[in-house]
Amino acid sequence: MKDTKSRLFSSESRLSDLITAHPALLSMLTRLGISLGFGDRSIADVCKESGVDTDFFLLICNVYTFNNYVPSTAAILGTDMEGLVPYLEKSHKYYVDKRLPHIERHLDAIAQKLGGRIGKVFISFFKEYKQDVEEHFTHEESKVFPHIRALMAGERDTTYKMADFLHSHSDIEGKLDDLLNIVFKYIPPQVDDDNVLDVVYDILRLSEDLKKHTFIEEKIMVPLVKHLENAILKK
Amino acid sequence: MKQRLLIVEPAEVIIEGLKAILEGQIRFKVLEPELDVARLEERIVAARPDILLINPTLVDDVARLRGDHSMAVVALVYQYVERDVLKNYDAVVEIRDSRATIIETLAQTSPGETDTSKGNYELTKRETAVLVQLAQGKTNKEIADALNVSVHTVISHRKNITHKTGIKSVAGLTVYAMLNNLIDESALL
Repeated sequence: MKDTKSRLFSSESRLSDLITAHPALLSMLTRLGISLGFGDRSIADVCKESGVDTDFFLLICNVYTFNNYVPSTAAILGTDMEGLVPYLEKSHKYYVDKRLPHIERHLDAIAQKLGGRIGKVFISFFKEYKQDVEEHFTHEESKVFPHIRALMAGERDTTYKMADFLHSHSDIEGKLDDLLNIVFKYIPPQVDDDNVLDVVYDILRLSEDLKKHTFIEEKIMVPLVKHLENAILKK
Repeated sequence: MKQRLLIVEPAEVIIEGLKAILEGQIRFKVLEPELDVARLEERIVAARPDILLINPTLVDDVARLRGDHSMAVVALVYQYVERDVLKNYDAVVEIRDSRATIIETLAQTSPGETDTSKGNYELTKRETAVLVQLAQGKTNKEIADALNVSVHTVISHRKNITHKTGIKSVAGLTVYAMLNNLIDESALL
């Protein structure tokens, strides 16, 4: 833990150094509202110019990068969390509008090659997975996020309780792992082409990204909301 | 690792026959057979068998006998035994089975043990049979009935299938079964 803390990013670091060390963070920048072309400016400067709270940016990047890092409640409460819901919404949009359709195009091409009933069963497995993901996101967007917004505005919102939060991430991750295994282990050699390798990389990346997304929800969102719920009840 | 096999059977001629068949089988360690059913529960605790091969006429309550021991209970049948009784067992060895069948039946019933240590990730015949039924949308109970084994055994086969293939969901396993030509397209609902 101490070891992790000493490696956490600070606001004086160059943003480019952070990205060089952890390229996976690149996909986060747009979702956080930061465009490329930041040159050699520090994290604090880039955040200021982009209108992103520096502490919030660092908190997200640290949780995203260091799997063992669990921010203290004090650290979460001491940070401006206005950006949290918009960030999570943008992430959902990124998965649903960009990543999943991209993967689906590759899988469609593979299904065509497989042909017949096998091709259909193969692609419908992915479509079921996609539907699960979309349902999960819709639940969060229609129930959880409005609840957070209300709490942040100081409203006593009893329509939803964080305790009801569906911990269905594991099912979603499980199916994606299944898909990965099927694609890289069991697609017959005669079907193998660039699509197979491309989609394996895409699935691996999505799987990693979704795990980090879960971390952000579990380590930042859930503790924050539980605290706000308690604080409002005590009023 | 060798499977510890405990035979519970009163007839010495049967015991000696089984010992002869299993002799030289490196997969099994045949424990000193138990002739006295009254001492069986103690014996199971002390001997920790992986497989209990027992004449079903000797026990009324297999579930109680099984307790929380992680062992497979295999029925050793040489007379008529009701189908309903056999359902409580993980497998059935018929005394008229061939030498090879007896060995294979015992080898495949060991609970939670799948021998991937030597790099063997092929599904066994039994695992394949379970997989095919799963792909057809059958429940654990239905599979147990169809294959004449206990639900416990079906679950342990499913664990092994997932361990070997890396695939957990039934939908995923269905795709796997099709890609490996384990099921006919017409067999799917």
